[in-house]
Amino acid sequence: MTRVLIVGAGPAGIRAAAELAGAGLRPVVVDEGARAGGQIYRRPPEMFSRPAKVLYGSEAGKAGALHGLFDALLAEDRVDYLPNRTVVGLSDGVAHLVGPEIGERCTFDRLILATGAMDRVAPVPGWQAAGVYTLGAAQIALKAQGVALGRRIVLAGSGPLLTLVAAQLLKAGADVAAVLDTAPLATQMRGGLKMALARPGVTARGLMLRARLGRRFRAGVSLERIETGPSGPKALHWYDAAGRSHTTTCDTVALGWHLRAETALADLAGSAFDWSETWAQWLPRTDVEGRAADGLYLAGDGLRILGADGAELAGRVAARACLADLGLSTDPAAQSRDLKRLRKMRRFAEGVASAFPWPAQMVRDLPDETVLCRCEGVTAGELRDTVPLSGPDANRVKSLGRVGMGRCQGRYCQLAAAELISETTRLSSAEVGRLRAQPPVRPAPVAALVSDHDED
Amino acid sequence: MSRVNAAGEKGRLIRLAESDRAPLPFYLDGVERQAMQGDTVLTAVLLSAGGLRSAEFGLEKRAGFCLMGACQDCWMWQEDGPRIRACSTPLKAGMRLLTDPPKTWPGELP
Repeated sequence: MTRVLIVGAGPAGIRAAAELAGAGLRPVVVDEGARAGGQIYRRPPEMFSRPAKVLYGSEAGKAGALHGLFDALLAEDRVDYLPNRTVVGLSDGVAHLVGPEIGERCTFDRLILATGAMDRVAPVPGWQAAGVYTLGAAQIALKAQGVALGRRIVLAGSGPLLTLVAAQLLKAGADVAAVLDTAPLATQMRGGLKMALARPGVTARGLMLRARLGRRFRAGVSLERIETGPSGPKALHWYDAAGRSHTTTCDTVALGWHLRAETALADLAGSAFDWSETWAQWLPRTDVEGRAADGLYLAGDGLRILGADGAELAGRVAARACLADLGLSTDPAAQSRDLKRLRKMRRFAEGVASAFPWPAQMVRDLPDETVLCRCEGVTAGELRDTVPLSGPDANRVKSLGRVGMGRCQGRYCQLAAAELISETTRLSSAEVGRLRAQPPVRPAPVAALVSDHDED
Repeated sequence: MSRVNAAGEKGRLIRLAESDRAPLPFYLDGVERQAMQGDTVLTAVLLSAGGLRSAEFGLEKRAGFCLMGACQDCWMWQEDGPRIRACSTPLKAGMRLLTDPPKTWPGELP
């Protein structure tokens, strides 16, 4: 039987698995998590007791349906589920895993990547301190562990997650001192109009959450710096929309400017990429059904940041494309219905992207002493000094200046680095180019690579 | 549970929910501490300490960043055995964790 490997068990991966299993295949699902669900519908450990309504709010029904769907596939033994494992490399028809067993491999005929997204973060002076986190981290801590990341938290950035995390933390009893959105209100309203036209209900829910934040929420701010001491943040210094200076005391800061697609495996698998002006990041190139190359399919936020609802649709659509390519029967009516829904999700998501933009000017204005690469402490000034020697290509700047060469492999610095290269050279981000992904795409113990070698 | 550890350092995290789970003892830098079943290593350590490790390229401590296995900020040492990614590793009873490399590291090459 044809072996289809699905990487990721969030909304896209679960829907893809169900679609393949429904057609009689037995997909293999590799998941970094311990329990299927992904990040937004992440499940706490088994011994936790909060009900879904508390964990997922208005999305509890969807989360429960997805978890139930995957649990049923497992109970009926219709998928091979490999949790707690990361695909760190891909060679011809073989995925190399890091997990509980050393040197584990998984062969496949076709590959569906549903690798999701991470916070898109911009550097703020002081962000290297312990106690500065991503917005996603604040949400994961609350949802999966029942903890707040600090006693007095400032959330800053832009995007739907900013409002959502703030509302969730407040509801759970955390002290949220301020919620600072760098997107000006007028920008948010223009994008919000597109959002409301595509999905009025979702847009209204977001506005209701925003209303709960009260005067903590400020739009159109610019972030000056995180004041830090030996134990971490002490205050966030920021300017309001009128340019007045403010200081908010805190012991924790969480940052995020919407999301960035996790594309390392798509890169290794041979997908082409395009710079997206809409999402201000490099995104894989596929056809409308998610085909990126022969036998390679992409779905979910790792392809386009459409959110969980869009990811469910994209997972089904990519799985049907895979089935059709295998010559197996699919439901063309269901496929065109899902593609139509997906177009609506995309219109909404484009509204979100324009309402909550990447803070390009804030990054360009970073003082030279700002740490740009959190992993290795490379500063903005060091990067600016590197560019005249390396030239503008992002990969050459990385080789010479080390921005993107640390443990996160450029996941949290490469967009800011491209912005600064672009500022220095007057080239566009598209011309600066994209950091190529390198295997292993996550740190791997040497033993994993040695045992691979021994078998050859 | 005390929120101030032996060094007088306050824990970074606070529990907001799920606080009726079974206790789970572990060691941080040789000192016994209590956490709960279902805590990750990151949660357990940061409930009583301000950081997981020292930064290699700066003076600050590190306490994790993304909590989803993407940033690699939260790798911790153990007295024995491999380094572990604190955000995605469940705490086990009796784990012996270190905020700095063991004194024997990196050792001598043969």
